[in-house]
Amino acid sequence: MKSRILFLALVIFLIPAQGFAVSPDEVLDDPVLEERAREISKGLRCLVCQNQSIDDSDAGLARDLRLLVRERLVAGDSDEEVVNYIVSRYGEFVLLRPPFKLGTLVLWLGPLFLVLIGLVSIVIFFRRNREAVDRKKATVLPLSDMEQRRLRKILKERVT
Amino acid sequence: MSAELGHFALILALFVAIVQATLPLIGAQRNYAPWIALSKPTAYCQFALVAISFASLTHLHVTSDFSVLNVVQNSHTAKPMLYKIAGVWGNHEGSLLLWVQILSLFGAAVALFGANLPPAFRSRVLAVQAMIAVGFYLFILITSNPFERIMPPPLNGRDLNPLLQDMGLALHPPMLYLGYVGFSIAFSFAIAALIEGRVDAAWARWVRPWTLAAWMFLTAGNALGSWWAYYELGWGGWWFWDPVENASFMPWLAGTALLHSAVVVEKRDTLKGWTVLLAIIAFSMSLLGTFLVRSGVLTSVHAFATDPARGVFILALLIIVIGGSLALFAWRGPQLKSGGLFQPISREGALLFNNLGMTVAAAAVLLGTLYPLFLDAIGGSKISVGAPFFNAVFIPLMIPLIIAMAIGPLLNWKRGDLIPALTRLKLVFLISIVAGAATWAMEMDGPFMGVIGIALAVWLGASTLAELAGRIHLFRAGPAETLRRLGRVPRATWGMTLGHFGLALAIAGMTGAASWKVESIQAMKPGEMVNVGGYEFTFDGAQQGKGPNYDIVTGKFTVRRDGEKVVDMLAEKRIYPVRNMPTTEAAIHTMISGDLYAVIGDPEGADGAYVTRLYFNPLVVWMWIGAIVMVLGGAISVTDVRHRIGVPHRRRPATAAKPAEA
Amino acid sequence: MVGHISAIEDQGAAYGNEPKKSRLVFIIPIVLFSVIAVAFAVGLTLDPRKLPSMLIGKTVPDFDLPPVEGRKLGMSDEDLKGQVSLVNVWASWCKECRAEHPLLMDLAERGVVPIHGLNYKDKPVDAQNWLDNLGDPYARTGADRDGRVAIDWGVYGVPETFVVDQNGKIVYKHIGALSASIFDEKILPVITELNGNAGRVSQ
Repeated sequence: MKSRILFLALVIFLIPAQGFAVSPDEVLDDPVLEERAREISKGLRCLVCQNQSIDDSDAGLARDLRLLVRERLVAGDSDEEVVNYIVSRYGEFVLLRPPFKLGTLVLWLGPLFLVLIGLVSIVIFFRRNREAVDRKKATVLPLSDMEQRRLRKILKERVT
Repeated sequence: MSAELGHFALILALFVAIVQATLPLIGAQRNYAPWIALSKPTAYCQFALVAISFASLTHLHVTSDFSVLNVVQNSHTAKPMLYKIAGVWGNHEGSLLLWVQILSLFGAAVALFGANLPPAFRSRVLAVQAMIAVGFYLFILITSNPFERIMPPPLNGRDLNPLLQDMGLALHPPMLYLGYVGFSIAFSFAIAALIEGRVDAAWARWVRPWTLAAWMFLTAGNALGSWWAYYELGWGGWWFWDPVENASFMPWLAGTALLHSAVVVEKRDTLKGWTVLLAIIAFSMSLLGTFLVRSGVLTSVHAFATDPARGVFILALLIIVIGGSLALFAWRGPQLKSGGLFQPISREGALLFNNLGMTVAAAAVLLGTLYPLFLDAIGGSKISVGAPFFNAVFIPLMIPLIIAMAIGPLLNWKRGDLIPALTRLKLVFLISIVAGAATWAMEMDGPFMGVIGIALAVWLGASTLAELAGRIHLFRAGPAETLRRLGRVPRATWGMTLGHFGLALAIAGMTGAASWKVESIQAMKPGEMVNVGGYEFTFDGAQQGKGPNYDIVTGKFTVRRDGEKVVDMLAEKRIYPVRNMPTTEAAIHTMISGDLYAVIGDPEGADGAYVTRLYFNPLVVWMWIGAIVMVLGGAISVTDVRHRIGVPHRRRPATAAKPAEA
Repeated sequence: MVGHISAIEDQGAAYGNEPKKSRLVFIIPIVLFSVIAVAFAVGLTLDPRKLPSMLIGKTVPDFDLPPVEGRKLGMSDEDLKGQVSLVNVWASWCKECRAEHPLLMDLAERGVVPIHGLNYKDKPVDAQNWLDNLGDPYARTGADRDGRVAIDWGVYGVPETFVVDQNGKIVYKHIGALSASIFDEKILPVITELNGNAGRVSQ
């Protein structure tokens, strides 16, 4: 199946992502290796598609890379070595899981940071609340004896 | 003639919008009644004009008028009528026309149903709506005119992308836009409130039905999109964390947070700044989505044709609308006076916690979506942020929220007691543990997240039912009393119950589909059998055929389980000759426990063998059912009579404390 | 009377000296948005689909390919040493390659720089016909039938053009079709500098 590869802001149609991805002739005999191949493929980006892994895409390059991944696995490479093989040719862009490095610190730590800020804000919010209550309580006139007796009576009724 | 009429109507709508955006606003400021009153007729007029424009474009498509460029690019005489109509919005220009159609629809709806709003406030709301509309009319008329002619007219069109010639996808944009664009009302309400310098319980009550309506449609639109991807793309995937998918998920998260936050404003007269900000954010996310799809800044399967001029224009629009509203927020926000107070452990506290969770989740998704752009813009390396990142970040954020969702509704307003609430959930907790254990027992080789997912789904679902049971005094009073109480449950409460329960169902579905999917890819000769997840698929051969504008290869499968026949399945592969594009129509048999899913591929070899992909996707149907239940909850809640109450006036507070109310 | 306390709690601002809300917090959203807007503005000038090459500054990968049908000279990594050259990745099924072809012919005729062609995933007959009918600007050709050599070069589409220096190091990569202006502005200066540095270690 020919694949046409579009460039330079040609009209981008929805590329038919039909999931005709892995075909039977690609599947390795060894199921363990095949499983590793599928997992690795799921983490590698198809460079000529829009946001798919090579496992999902039926583009020509995706197929070539799937075959390459399997070849390297059969040759005895570890998962990391296979991935590095591809990254050394195409860069980190090909990793769907962004690497954890200086440039991506904000990305990976961001959500955690936001949670912390959120929790701190909530704590501050409730502390302000309590301060406001305390301030208001300070302006409240104390209850007279009659009022105190009525209060006790009503509270007792409430409990029963 | 139709094209010129449509074009002209749009230009007129622009002028009406300019009037609507200015005079009523000045009128409200100066308390000049005639100008305030202008907002209603202009809103109706705008809607009518855009409707004429939209009708013209539809007419052009339906009659296959190939003198119009938009029709040429997206239609074909052989295309079925349904898709001639759907083709109107299946492209950049037409979809923008749909955008303003829905924008003006909501504006007219506020004019029509907004009798409970004070006139000055309503006119401000409609003025803001009109301002947004002006931006979009200018965008359409200047850069994306659907009525452009092409001379000489070609004999036939380029057909609509075959992937879009599908029922689910035909409905997906209108539904999604009703949601997206619907949040413009909440946005306008927020801006109007900021202009007036006042956010109060009344405002929170007014904003709720509109936000609910938009939320309902957005839920449905997202679900439709996922459902479409599931049955069309051929391998059962339903969410890819694609930038534009994210762009319609973030408004949903913000909108959900807004719904919950508005309740606190209404009850306690506090969290105003947050709620107003959420209303601004929800719609801003919608606009962001518009930018991402049409500017070419990010790669996405959803991208329309890109054009730098369009990108610049939308960015300008974004800066004016979002920047302007956030500037207004920065200026007027501090003046919003906070009212009541509440304890950390209380219903309001739980809602605040929800606020936090949803907002951080939306921010995390935004961060992941835009990060490649940021890094590239500052000269760093090009990286991808794909599903692994989003799953790693989003799921852990959701888990505490889901746990809290069970507890929140059981807490009292203002001052809640955690221990009694947790005690009430003892049984629910037990059931969840049992469910988790049972899942683990059944799928010991599967991912542990699957067990967690099911346990959480049961936790949420059972607790929601338990809360309802408590409310209607099930098993505590007689059946008559229980039924009476059931009838008296307020609609808004039904909304909450169904909303949460629907989510529980959806979580179960998502967990099943993501954790225990069984896949089998092979070449099959007629008569061969493959076992997939306990089901035996026998390939009965393939046949060629012809459809209205495509050629078909149909593969037939017989599925048996334990020797007994379950179903016959017909899978198709279609080729659309005009664009030379193939599509898959998978055969799907839906059961409670999961879907049987069969795909026929290319022929292999000479003896009638074909590549086949066979799947068992567990629990998938629960996702769609869950979404429907959530939408139902929203629909019931919208119709709550209490939303139609006008400006409330404070009643003298009662002497004794009232029992907790929804 | 009993409601006194809770009523006071409720009517917050009416009674209290409430601390001034920190204005700073309200400014955060617009500040964040400004950052995003700037990023978008810059983003409009970028192309998210253009990947910078990982091989810049590295020696060409080891390879040895037979020539395209009907040509005599194949291509290997050794052949790329000794002079500055262009390696152009092309295919007969590629529209953009058609667009840049006249420029390549012109460059070849003027002898500006030797151009070698890496034929990517093409049928032998198709590639042969292309060169026979349209003209052959290539000093050497390499028929990469299965695209494996191209993967080693980090190729992910056609056309792409590499500038290789005298020592066989990849110095520059252009993605997409070449045009006269792109060549003059981007590629020619690189070639000129490399030729000027002949004899010295480049970079």
